Parts: sequence; C-alpha cells; structure tokens
Amino acid sequence: MTALPDTLGGAARALASGELSSRDLVSSCLARIEAGQHLNAFVSIDAERALEAAAAADNRPAADRGPLNGLPIAVKDIFCQTGVRTTAGSRMLEHWRAPYDATVIERLAAAGAVLLGKTNMDEFAMGSSGENSYFGATRNPWNENHVPGGSSSGSAAAVAAGMVPAALGTDTGGSIRQPAAFCGLTGLKPTYGRVSRWGMIAFASSLDQAGPMAWDAADLALLLNVMAGVDHRDSTSVDEIVPDYTAGLTASVRGLRIGLPGDLLGADVNAEVRAAVDASRKVFESLGASIVPVSLPTALAGVPAYYVLAPAEASANLARFDGVRFGHRCADPQSLEDLYLRSRSEGFGAEVKRRILTGTYALSVGYYDAYYLQAQKIRRLIRDEFLAAFRNVDAILAPTTPSPAFALGEKTDDPVAMYLQDVFTIPANLAGIPALSMPAGMTDGLPLGVQLLGPHFGEGKLLQLAYAFQQATDHHLRRPGSAAA
Amino acid sequence: MSQWETVIGLEVHVQLATASKIFSGAANRFGAEPNRQASAVDLGLPGVLPVLNEAVVRMAIRFGLAVDAEIAGTTQFARKNYFYPDLPKGYQISQLDHPIVGRGHLDIIVPGNDGDTVKTIGITRAHLEEDAGKSIHDQVPGLTAVDLNRAGTPLLEIVSEPDLRSAAEAVAYLRELHAIIRDLGISDGNMNEGSMRCDANVSIRPRGESKLGTRTEIKNLNSFRFLEKAIEFEVERQQEILESGGRIRQETRLYDAERNETRSMRSKEEAEDYRYFPDPDLLPVTITPAQIEAVRAEMPELPRARRERFMKQYGLSGYDSRMVASDHATAAYFEACVAVAGDAKLTANWVMGELASVLNREEKDIDTAPVAPAALGRLISRIQDDTISSKIAKTVFEIMVTDGGEADAIIEARGLRQMSDSGELERLVDSVIADNPDQVAQYRAGKTKLLGYFVGQIMKATGGKANPGQLNELLRARLDGGS
Repeated sequence: MTALPDTLGGAARALASGELSSRDLVSSCLARIEAGQHLNAFVSIDAERALEAAAAADNRPAADRGPLNGLPIAVKDIFCQTGVRTTAGSRMLEHWRAPYDATVIERLAAAGAVLLGKTNMDEFAMGSSGENSYFGATRNPWNENHVPGGSSSGSAAAVAAGMVPAALGTDTGGSIRQPAAFCGLTGLKPTYGRVSRWGMIAFASSLDQAGPMAWDAADLALLLNVMAGVDHRDSTSVDEIVPDYTAGLTASVRGLRIGLPGDLLGADVNAEVRAAVDASRKVFESLGASIVPVSLPTALAGVPAYYVLAPAEASANLARFDGVRFGHRCADPQSLEDLYLRSRSEGFGAEVKRRILTGTYALSVGYYDAYYLQAQKIRRLIRDEFLAAFRNVDAILAPTTPSPAFALGEKTDDPVAMYLQDVFTIPANLAGIPALSMPAGMTDGLPLGVQLLGPHFGEGKLLQLAYAFQQATDHHLRRPGSAAA
Repeated sequence: MSQWETVIGLEVHVQLATASKIFSGAANRFGAEPNRQASAVDLGLPGVLPVLNEAVVRMAIRFGLAVDAEIAGTTQFARKNYFYPDLPKGYQISQLDHPIVGRGHLDIIVPGNDGDTVKTIGITRAHLEEDAGKSIHDQVPGLTAVDLNRAGTPLLEIVSEPDLRSAAEAVAYLRELHAIIRDLGISDGNMNEGSMRCDANVSIRPRGESKLGTRTEIKNLNSFRFLEKAIEFEVERQQEILESGGRIRQETRLYDAERNETRSMRSKEEAEDYRYFPDPDLLPVTITPAQIEAVRAEMPELPRARRERFMKQYGLSGYDSRMVASDHATAAYFEACVAVAGDAKLTANWVMGELASVLNREEKDIDTAPVAPAALGRLISRIQDDTISSKIAKTVFEIMVTDGGEADAIIEARGLRQMSDSGELERLVDSVIADNPDQVAQYRAGKTKLLGYFVGQIMKATGGKANPGQLNELLRARLDGGS
C-alpha cells in the first residue's frame, strides 16, 4: 500500500497541492477499514455515501470549501446521524436510525468533512476497555491481544490502524483520553459546554463532552475549530468566543507555568508511566516552561464520586429505552411490566445494568443524601481545588492512565479494578475543565500517554503546549508495527 | 354543627397558554391529530435536549405577583423519575427544591347565608413542569394507545396550604384561581380540555383538634362540580370510618363522576419513589429584580381590584360586583354594556339574569354571546326611557337571540312600543271600569287585590304594551277616586 498521509494536516496539504483527491483518500481509508475488520473498530461503514461526499468535495469550487473539505473522519456511534444507524454500542439500538443529525455532525459536514462511518464503543459509553460493546470488543492495533481503551474504543483503534486520520469520541470520565493514551494518539476532552451535546446520546449529562482524537495537537486544533461553539439546542453549551486554535498553536511556551500534582503521582502508578511523566516534565522545562508543585488533595476521591454521579444521571437518561417508542422491544409482551422488564433485560448489557442499578440506588429515598449529595460535595471540592491551582499555573501535567493498555479480558471480572483505570481522567470531568492526552513514551510495544489539564476554556493553551512538546519529541510519530515502535 | 372539621388543600395544575411547548419548539395547541404535535424532544428520542421556553418564566412570575408571592432569585428544574408509556423520557421535568414561586396568599369570597365572607388562603408554592402525553385505553381493542401531543405542554402547579374548611371554600378558591389565571392571560382555564385540573388533599379532625388527620388525595378533578361532589363524598366516607372506630388509610383516590364516589388507587406504601435530582440538562435559571419589575409593569387588573372598582365606580352591591366582576370576560361584557345602557344595577341584573340563562341554555361562553354588549345596552336603555316595559324587553331579547337584529328595529317592526299616551290609556281604563261593574264594586268594598285583574284586562287588550307604571296610576286614581 502506498504511503498516503495519515494525519489530517498531511491529507489537507496533499489535497491542496492537487497531489491527491478526496476520492483517493477515502478509497484508501475504506480499503484499510476493510483490511482491518478483525480489529472491530467500526459498527457501521458508510462507504457509498462517503464516496459521494468525497466526489462532491473534489468538485466543490474553492470558494465554497470548508476547513475540512474532503478530509475523511470517523465518528463514535454515539452521535445521531441520519442515513445510518446509531447504536451506542447497544443491542437496545441495534436497528435504530436517528431522524436528525447531531450538531457536531452538522458542523463537520458543513466544513466539508467526509464521514466514513460509526465507530465501535463500550455500550452507552460505559466502559474503559472497549469490551462492553454489543458488537464485540475492539482490539488495540499496537497489540491485538490488548484493549484499545474505552469507551471511544473504535475511534482510537481506527485512527491508530490508519483507517482514518482522525475521529470523534466522547469523554465522560476519560473515554477520549484513556483510549488515546492506549493507542498512541493525542485526544482532547474540551471544557464542559465548549461543544454542543445535541444529538449525542447521553450517558451522564453533566459530564459528557465530545472531542477530537488524532495523531497530533495540530489536527486536534483543526477539528476543535469546527466543533466548538454555542448551540441554542443545548442549554449547557456556553457562549464563549472560539479562538482560532490552529493560529494559537505556535505561540511560545517559554515562561508558562506547569503544575505537577504530587497528590496524583503518589497514587498507584506504574513505573513506566511515572517515568513518562518525568521525561515530559523535562521536555517542558527545556522549552522554557517552569514546573511548580500544585495540590489537589481531593482529586483521588473523584472515582467514588464519579461512580455515584454518573450512574445516577445514567439511570434517568436510560429510562427512555422502555420498548414503547423506539429501540429493542421484547417479543410478545404479556403486560406493561413484562414489556419493560424483558425489553430492558434483553436490550442492555451487564455493565449498563450495573450502572442503572447503582444510580437508581444512589437516588433513592434514604440514600440520596449519603451518596448523591455527598458525591456532589466532593465534586465541588475538586472543582474548587482546580480553580485554586489554576490561579498559579497555566496547566497541570499528570498521567493519563495508571498503566499501559492491559490485555483483553484481564479486568472484565473486576469492575472496581476497571473503574480505577479512570482515576487520573475523572477529575477533569468532575471539574468541567479541558484535558488533553498525548503520547509520551513506549513500554513493551505499547504507547504511554501523559495528560495536560487546563482551566475552563483553556483548550488553546493545552494545544499550544502539546504542539510545542510534539515539535520537540517524536512520540506522536510512532505507528503500530513500524520499526520506530 | 358537625363534631368534625374538614381540612382541604388543593394542588391545581394550570396549562400555560404559550405558543410552543415548555422545552421544545413544537406547537402548544389542543386537539390536533394524535402525535402530530410532538417533536423529537417531546418524543424523548436519544440525543435530544430540553431548552426552556422563556415565556413560561414570565407567566409564572405573573402568577406569583398576582398572589403576592416571593419570586425565586434562582429556580431549578429537577427530574421526577417513573415509568409510564405516556411519559416519553421515563422522567418528568419538574421542580422540587427551588420552585419559581414561593409563599403567597389569595383572598377568596365564601358565599354564606349571612352574606359573603372574605377568607385568606395560603399558597405554599407554584412550580413549573411539563405535562405528560395521554394513554388512551378505549380506541384500540386490547391495547393502549399513546398520544404525545400533550407531552411537554407547560404546566404551573399551584399548591395551597391546608386552609380550606369545606367543599364550598375549595370551590370558591378554585374559582378565584380560575378568574386570576384568565385575567393574567396565562391560561384559557378550560377545564373540559384539561387546561386546569385539580387534586384535593382531604382530611377531617375533631373540631378543636389542632393536629391534622390522615389525608387522602383525590386525583384529577376537572370541574368545579366534581371538586365539590368529590370532597363531599370523601368527607362523608371519612366520617363514617372514624365514627365506626376505623382508621383512615393514607392513599390516593380517584373520583368516579358517574357513580359519584371516590375509589382507592394506591396506598402510601405503594407510592413510588420518584428519585428527584436536579436536571443536568437545564442550568439553574436566575431571575433578576429588573425582570420581575418588567412583569409587574404589565400586570392587568385582577378580580379583587375589579370587584372593588365596580362597587365604587358603578355603585354595585358586593353581591352584584362578585357576580359580574370576578370573571374578566363577564366584566368586559358588563362594562361595554353599561357604557350604552347607563343604569348599572339594571345592566347587572340583565347580565346575571336573562343573558346568563340564555348562555346556559345555548351552552355558550360570554365572549361568544349571541347578543353583543352594546346591542343589549341599547335594549336596556329602551326600558329606561319607557319605550318598552321590562316584560316586553324580555320578548325583544329572545328575538335578538334567535333572529338577531337591533332592539329598536324589532320594537318598531312588531309594534311593541309601550303605550304611554295618557289619552289612549284613559279611554281603555274607562271602558274596563264600565265593562266590569261587579269587580269595581268588590274593589271599592276593600278587595284591592283586584287591581291586578284590571291591569291584566288592559294588558290583554294592548298586547302587553301599556306602560305598567302609568296604567297603575290611572287605574288607582279612577278606582280609589270614586264615581
């Protein structure tokens, strides 16, 4: 196979120079998707419409071309899109077709992007390994016996395997950043409210946020420029100016202050991960940034707080899947209760049921104060600690995950071990702040990631830091199966 | 006086008359084809989000100001979770901890044998929420159909304190609320179409006892009459239980209008745990003093102020002003009518009497009355200027109702003008006296009641057109005056 550009930036340059057409790019992507079917990265492949969109992009007059004209992109199967099913990785929605497009889908299409299909995911975005999909587990292109991370498992695997230069994911407790770390990608969870949630199937409404996944920070900037912005259909989206993230990439990081949270690094972190954080710190120092200690004493309480709040919201969000109006309905219901019971028992997988039960319990009379309210207090403390920290620093450097990608099946019997995967990613969701994961090393042929966290609407600075880091390092240039790994 | 005291609190659901629904852009109208007025948001499709319709906030503030209530500085929506086929999301967006309208009060007029009394009823709160759809059990045999047109209709739930002491007080409270929401223009208050529905919490206790008895909640009462009947039945039922040594079970009951009884729906133990929590899709809403003042500046005249004005401006009695000023449509009709007619008391009598009975008979609202207020005013003015008698006026009014037309034209065309020419009347009186010598003798012997007989004879001869006052005077003069 000829070496086509595998980044958005590279592809955009090839299109601009006329070296390649969008049809060339899309055909090549479709061929790689075909060749990589065993990775199980896609739930639906939208080949025919993608080729039409590519042709349309090629024929579009230069003046009408958006910033993503002709560029192939895949989206997590949690975004509603007309003309293709939207499953959220669940049997419940196996055959469901949305009658409308999510705002991010509209924005990508309006910018000229070519949407290749819907990527696999943990059911309703509940999972940290990609193993909770009704459509089967996704494999990690770096080592196919390992998980790609979750819940945006298919998006991460698709980019890492070179099927698409970039993909969209969603991040409720780490679902963009953790798979990005496991698959050697750069991934961004924007500030809560930066990107519209309209048309994104809800898991935990106060935490869910869509974001881009790609090889490098420059590609993330390109996508975020298109995705970000207020949307009157989402009351929680924020009317805050969207800067040109691409233009902001090249500003110097000299003099920026980066916080290092001792509280987090004291946690149970794999030695290689710790070494990657340490090496990254040195890179930033060499770029002229200063490193200062910050205190986030409550951040580690994020996991229990999150596993109360997210399931509580999910228990209500998933109540609409009752077999009455859409989605899976059991055969021959005998009564209303029978319809509810069997439709939901058959339609949802084990992890989804576990969280619905947990959330229902946490909201019940007599438990609400002890669980839900207590968790909200922790959430507020974590947010306050971040706000205090960002009075002194521009960003915080932390691990993304406690370890590199684990083996398929390794943690499926131990939900708590699985939940602890999210210990470093959850605090950003609870605080509503942006956070980015980028490749920072390798161990045993598997990538390692580090995380940069910023203040609300500080995506620009995170991208700027990551871009400077990637100008100085080559972690983001490594590809699965290549000698460089 | 019964040894029991009745204690009632009402929860009233008012559908707000907005152009679109509370959280979606779908039209908010009654009576469309099933499921034609339900958008993706109303259907609760995956991925949709609610956006608050600002109009409902202003309407709720309007109501709050009308009952002198505290308006929340910050109000929040919560999810109330339960499964039902006509509840698309599996939760209703409502309010729990931070309702938009806090404590207020409302004066009601309780009619009694010794005249009306005014009583102040506490309002606990009023909050915003979305209505559910409708489950229809009798359209498809063996199945339940779901119509989601109503899903997402904005509701204001108004909760009273347990300050009401009888079915009559409960009805008076509901009537006053009804009048207020119509005056405020926040709802049409049409109870047949469910624009206003009511749940009643009813308990009884021995007179003098300060502790509340165990209550039952009667759901979904959709007329003043049903409210009254349901409470009366329920009070009697509770009395019978307590007097025979039983205990009241806290439960929800349904009123069956056909059988005039309440029936148990579910007990407290079976009550659902709604697992309320703040809706993360809707941020808390801040209401500024400036917003409240802007609404205050546009407040219309409310029933109580209007009743007081009618008494002062038109010299109406308390009773008359309650009858014509409470409802804004009736008041508007009265004012348009009296502007032409001149005599307020006479106009009030016509509006409450003839007009009301025609509306009742024709099952019409006053805003669609078959006789326009100015036309009725011109008719009334013909009574005052002695063109016709009150009795003839009723005939003319009936013709106006059935055939239409103006009073003057009808009077002329049918020759109904009252005979006020004294020469003509004197001749008639003379001939009646001449024709009935026996009755004249009896009258003069003291049987003065016979005056009516003579009046009747002359009315018969004139087809009712004789001016009754003038006629009485002439007859008396001739009969009492001798010869």
